[in-house]
Amino acid sequence: MPLTQQLRDELLGCVPSLRAFAISLSGNGDRADDLVQETLLRALANIDSFQPGSNMPAWLFTILRNLFRSDYRKRRREVEDADGSYAKALKSQPEQTPHLEFEEFRVALDKLPQDQKEALILVGASGFSYEAAAAICGCAVGTIKSRVNRARSKLSSLLYVDSADDFGPDNAVRAVIGGGNR
Amino acid sequence: MKDSKTPSKQGGLSADIQARIGHQLRAIYDEVVRQGVPPRFAELIEQLGSVEAQTATATADEIAAKDSGRV
Repeated sequence: MPLTQQLRDELLGCVPSLRAFAISLSGNGDRADDLVQETLLRALANIDSFQPGSNMPAWLFTILRNLFRSDYRKRRREVEDADGSYAKALKSQPEQTPHLEFEEFRVALDKLPQDQKEALILVGASGFSYEAAAAICGCAVGTIKSRVNRARSKLSSLLYVDSADDFGPDNAVRAVIGGGNR
Repeated sequence: MKDSKTPSKQGGLSADIQARIGHQLRAIYDEVVRQGVPPRFAELIEQLGSVEAQTATATADEIAAKDSGRV
């Protein structure tokens, strides 16, 4: 199948969310863009296997996720300076997110096991259904649900140890903006 | 099946905390999405689109082979 202009446009249209997925997964902007590039190369090389009209984002996310996992195994023992490159990737901190809270969240996210982190990102940020996320990760829907739940629990215990009663979202934001009273 | 409506510390997380986690996740994610398509990727697809991506095939096969050995 030739690479039509329509397919090119579809591929390009997926790049922003692929980058967001890669950065969320890897916590490293430079590595994330390399991952996206590898993903596009692999997709182009295997464009014949793509069914026109099927879910292009899910197909590309599957490729990127597999690349990341093989890459991750290779790099597992390397010491990484994720902080600097992550900050560079984002250029600015996310809008409306106090710096301290954002940093804490990023650190907590990096502590999640890979399985849980990818499930949480796919469902919680990329907006895939549990079914689509399960297809991307090659596991059962129930497994994805369980991973997402465990990821949320872990993040909650890392970030929001205090009871939610006296620390609602507004209070949390005010506390951080107001100079950290806690 | 319905989730329990009253959040408990032991069991399910409160809707409030779930919402905060979702908000934080999407804040990071959407910030990157808003950056759009960096030129390097547009150029890549233009360049490789017309050519048969031979080297990419090799790389992809290598990775596919590794992946299939796993599970």
